[in-house]
Amino acid sequence: MTDVAIIGIGIHPFGRTEGVSGQDQGIYAAREALKDAGVDWSDLEFAYGGSAAAGAADSMVSKMGLTGLQFINVANGCATGGSALQSAYMAIKSGAFDIGIAVGFDKHERGAFRVDSPDWYGKTGLALTTQFFGMKIQKYMSDYGISDDTLIKVAEKAFRNGSLNPKAWRKQPLSYDEIKNSPMLSHPLRKYQFCSPAEGGAAIIMCKASMAKKYTSTPLYLKAAVVRTRRYGSFEVFTKGQAIDQAESPTVDASKAAYEMAGVGPEDIDVAQLQDTEAGAEIMHMSENGLCKDGDQEEMIQTGATEITGNLPVNTDGGCIANGEPIGASGLRQVHEICIQLRGEGEKRQAPGDLRTGYSHVYGAPGLSAVTIIQR
Amino acid sequence: MTKNSGVSIDKTLFDWPSDSPHLKGSKCSDCEAVTFPTQDGCPRCCGTNMEKIPLNTKGTLWSWTVQGFLPKSPPYAGPETLENFKPYGVGYIELDGQVRVESRLTESDPEKLEIGMPMELVFHKFIEDEEGNDVIAFAFAPIDGE
Ligand SMILES: [Zn+2]
Repeated sequence: MTDVAIIGIGIHPFGRTEGVSGQDQGIYAAREALKDAGVDWSDLEFAYGGSAAAGAADSMVSKMGLTGLQFINVANGCATGGSALQSAYMAIKSGAFDIGIAVGFDKHERGAFRVDSPDWYGKTGLALTTQFFGMKIQKYMSDYGISDDTLIKVAEKAFRNGSLNPKAWRKQPLSYDEIKNSPMLSHPLRKYQFCSPAEGGAAIIMCKASMAKKYTSTPLYLKAAVVRTRRYGSFEVFTKGQAIDQAESPTVDASKAAYEMAGVGPEDIDVAQLQDTEAGAEIMHMSENGLCKDGDQEEMIQTGATEITGNLPVNTDGGCIANGEPIGASGLRQVHEICIQLRGEGEKRQAPGDLRTGYSHVYGAPGLSAVTIIQR
Repeated sequence: MTKNSGVSIDKTLFDWPSDSPHLKGSKCSDCEAVTFPTQDGCPRCCGTNMEKIPLNTKGTLWSWTVQGFLPKSPPYAGPETLENFKPYGVGYIELDGQVRVESRLTESDPEKLEIGMPMELVFHKFIEDEEGNDVIAFAFAPIDGE
């Protein structure tokens, strides 16, 4: 089977862009990616695209150009972007296509995600994703000795990194006290420790590896792209009755499969993007992705290991906390940032050193994870 | 509120009124997996031999949070307004040997909630329906004195 190269990346700034539709943000990102790769829309043989709240992705062809390409809409919860990428990866890997694009965009209403749950669960105030995240980190802190102070420091890092990223939504750093004193939304998590639904677009152009040098002297290689869903006993959002026999999360499954597919281990990862729906998620996802043992996060974060200058920079672009979460685009933003870091184009937020291997992870409702591993 | 007034918010969860009010679950005859609410297929062994069972009314708190803001309506149907909303506790109660049930808690003070504490099932009026009936919902309360 052929290898897969990433030759073009594009992003529309995340946050709130009045007067620009979600689809137009996706089109902007796609055109940026085409420019970056030096190819035309008409060169693309296929597209996988996703949007949760901003219309069918494939309708963008009427503005991009009606070239007849295979365009498939992807809808896979919070992992929509990651799933679009995985589909594109398989399309090339299988030999069916030579070149194509994964694109995602979204535009959500303000405030927490509204969940369509007209039954007793929604009526009585249990259908909130925020509660799940609060309960998961509450239990984890109790089991593994993670402190409230560390939770605050994760959010502080997110806003500090976001302030160095011109495409981020939240560009103002927030102080420790501003985070600590923000309203408690779902104990132990406060307002400024959560990401918010937002807007944005991102696109990644891939081709078979043997063609990559035709387009760029510095291609990156997508070594693994994996999607996994929950197994019996994993603790997931909107679980009304949870099995007492606990199983590993889908992140653990996706991560193990990705390392195996890429032929690398956690010790090889130079820079990582981990789903930080809130500060606790970033902490738990460090261990679920094999990047540390349960409980090691306390010391790592206290000593700055996950800062841009640390030995395992995590969420160098500010993550979901500073960028918000437009569902269709979020997983592709993470991949975009890994590419920026591996190319050394991070400017003020560039992690130092010879970065060779990057890792991205998106997790979301109703219990699925997508992981990619990218190498220079 | 007496046991003889009100209607269950969802009869698939519990009957109301009842002489021995409890939550309904289902148990797989093949692998003994327990679910809440009831369902026809087994999430563990993929079989279809699920029988209905009453769930225990006591358990321990597995994890918890406090809902700090008024949820969006719909779907939320509670009676509060932005002005009078008070945070409420939410948790998973581990029913020994059965399943962990997600539930509102009667306690909402983080200082009084602790993982592992004993809890018991209670029922309360949640709202009134269009006909003026009390709509009864379930919650878990700390067991006093333990
Ligand atoms: Zn079974």
